[in-house]
Amino acid sequence: MEAEQQNDILLKANNLHTWFDLRQWGFLRIGSVRAVDGVDFELARGEAVAFVGESGCGKSTLARTLLGLHRPTSGDVTFDGQELSTLKGEARQQYLASVGYVQQDPFGALPPFMDVRRLLSEPLIIHGVKDRDTREKRIRQVLEEVRLTQVDEILPKFPHMLSGGQQQRVVIARALLLEPSMLIADEPVSMLDASVRVEILNLLRNIQKQRSLTLAFITHDLSTVRHYADRIFVMYAGRIVEQAPVEKLLDSPQHPYTQSLLAAIADVDADNALEERDVPSGEPPSLLKPPQGCRFHPRCPKAIAGTCDVKDPPFFEPQTGHFSACWLHDEAHRG
Amino acid sequence: MTQSADTLLQVSDLTLHYRTRRGTARAVDGVSFDLRRNEALVVLGESGSGKSSLAKALMRLLPRNIERFSGQVMLGDMDIMQLGDEAFRKQVQWNRMALVMQAAMNALNPVVRVGEQVAEPLRVHRGWSKDRAMERVAETFRKVGVSTDFLQRYPFELSGGMRQRVVLAMALVTEPDVVILDEPTSALDVLTQASIMNVLKRIKREEGTSFILITHDVATSSELADRVALMYAGQIVEISDARDFFHYPAHPYSQMLMDSVPRLHQAEAPGYIPGEPPDLIDPPTGCRFADRCPSRFSKCSQDPPAFSPDERRRVRCWLHEDEVARGS
Ligand SMILES: Nc1ncnc2c1ncn2[C@@H]1O[C@H](COP(=O)(O)OP(=O)(O)OP(=O)(O)O)[C@@H](O)[C@H]1O
Ligand SMILES: Nc1ncnc2c1ncn2[C@@H]1O[C@H](COP(=O)(O)OP(=O)(O)O)[C@@H](O)[C@H]1O
Ligand code: SF4
Ligand code: SF4
Ligand SMILES: [Mg+2]
Ligand SMILES: [Mg+2]
Repeated sequence: MEAEQQNDILLKANNLHTWFDLRQWGFLRIGSVRAVDGVDFELARGEAVAFVGESGCGKSTLARTLLGLHRPTSGDVTFDGQELSTLKGEARQQYLASVGYVQQDPFGALPPFMDVRRLLSEPLIIHGVKDRDTREKRIRQVLEEVRLTQVDEILPKFPHMLSGGQQQRVVIARALLLEPSMLIADEPVSMLDASVRVEILNLLRNIQKQRSLTLAFITHDLSTVRHYADRIFVMYAGRIVEQAPVEKLLDSPQHPYTQSLLAAIADVDADNALEERDVPSGEPPSLLKPPQGCRFHPRCPKAIAGTCDVKDPPFFEPQTGHFSACWLHDEAHRG
Repeated sequence: MTQSADTLLQVSDLTLHYRTRRGTARAVDGVSFDLRRNEALVVLGESGSGKSSLAKALMRLLPRNIERFSGQVMLGDMDIMQLGDEAFRKQVQWNRMALVMQAAMNALNPVVRVGEQVAEPLRVHRGWSKDRAMERVAETFRKVGVSTDFLQRYPFELSGGMRQRVVLAMALVTEPDVVILDEPTSALDVLTQASIMNVLKRIKREEGTSFILITHDVATSSELADRVALMYAGQIVEISDARDFFHYPAHPYSQMLMDSVPRLHQAEAPGYIPGEPPDLIDPPTGCRFADRCPSRFSKCSQDPPAFSPDERRRVRCWLHEDEVARGS
């Protein structure tokens, strides 16, 4: 049983830190931006998870660290039992092929001077698919998979001739070309119109299910996760503060930060205009010098003086399978 | 539409066409609506439907490649379309109507302190003294929730949320009757968005300001709207009270749009609208939504006029023709 479970884990982040040096005049180090600052999680094979958090909390940095585009400052990522930092040459290429990346900005993701055929051929060539017909066949396959069914019309087009939704489908097609076992999608729809968003999210979710892919879906919008992920990780200031299956997290959020996020949004109703929302004051802290103790304490309406501003809260498990890093769950602090 | 004593702005058949290499782009194509005092009208619509062009047409902030700019815009009992440019700037732009442009928070002058930038319309267009202007600016900063310590800061020293409040202050500082906001929160986080919407709600309540809020996001629209106008391919296809629009949308496009809104606690997944909006250069004759409309029928090859199934509602769809006939 134990071993079987181990086998099911595709990716694991252990105490992951990715810091960026902040320099003045190009050389004087004046500090570090702790974009990812102590993150642990495991993703099972075939599981879809969402990372949710405000802009600047480290989501994209985490994504790029998982992709091996940033070297972690400390901690490590294991993929399929292998530590990422130890992969070299061929093995590293192999890894890059097994993780598809849909980056945040579809408009910047596609090289403007390549038509769709060329930009989809490139990764195949790089990964050694030498036969032209094999490439063409593979390209047609993925384009159909992302529902760009007018393949002959799409192939000769340049990115600027495509709508935002079509561009994003091409980006997804490119991520699927090399038959990855995992997909990292960084805010795949935030730049798109509301009317296309659902269509793209459905597409991603269906592909994920059909291919049993592991999907890490990054978003700043809690209202879009319900149908597109199995589990949610809520991030704040470089850390994960709460994690739980989607329904549990949305229906009974445990961490005060998650509670604020959910209080700030409401299902569409004309009455929304009548009442002001409860919004915690202030803004997320500087990652150069994050506050001591719980990073949310300067804004937290429930902060416990003498505790929250001193000690970092560990994860508690207030309900089975539902984790929250907050002192309120500690027996010692329950009133 | 019936004009009541409360009507502040009455727009009829407003049209703004651009000249482009491929032909005429009908970005705003015969738009009519009215805005009451202390009312918030939300203009919803997908990208390219003409929302920003509508805002620019109302404020006469036009690019050069104009093919056609026409219609009537009554502000009180003055048709501002008839004013010369100089009179328009004096009487309307820096006075009774203000616009926060899309992405304005990224267009602040990087080398001028924000307090001075906000004071500019008062200093330049009203000739106020520096002290008098700065006093008003400080007051406006307080209203939008920016500490007066920030008056002396430069834009890069402020977060996105704070810069958005600063551009809002810039629009409010002249105490206009109508404030037009083009996507004021789209680039911001959920919590920042919510606090900016709180500021707008408070200003609407306390100052009696009227708003035209432009957004593509239905959830955001519900945070301020008294009424909703939905744009599609340069035209308003439905205009209704917010309650009706959100709960009983009338136009097939409105219905599909409302179905596509994700809901936090809803078990079914949201729907979506297959297809894409038409090109504004040579849009289809007949109903512009016909390609994507599940209710399309023979009549839809003719352009539907705006029908009023009841006096608070206008719907540009043939399905509502009978209702009108029955109603009257
Ligand atoms: N100066 C211009 N010259 C030519 N065409 C223009 C010009 N400005 C806008 N357009 C076109 O007019 C149409 C409407 O554009 P507009 O910016 O008003 O849309 P929008 O609804 O504000 O979109 P978004 O949600 O992306 O801001 C688009 O097809 C656009 O490409
Ligand atoms: N290459 C980089 N160099 C320096 N700082 C960076 C770099 N990439 C991101 N950061 C900083 O790290 C923090 C987290 O950024 P990011 O991971 O992009 O967050 P998110 O995707 O959640 O918005 C921010 O303060 C950002 O400015
Ligand atoms: S640990 Fe304290 S400050 Fe942090 S979220 Fe919990 S109650 Fe608030
Ligand atoms: S007029 Fe016809 S095509 Fe247009 S929205 Fe109504 S039913 Fe659909
Ligand atoms: Mg990001
Ligand atoms: Mg716009």
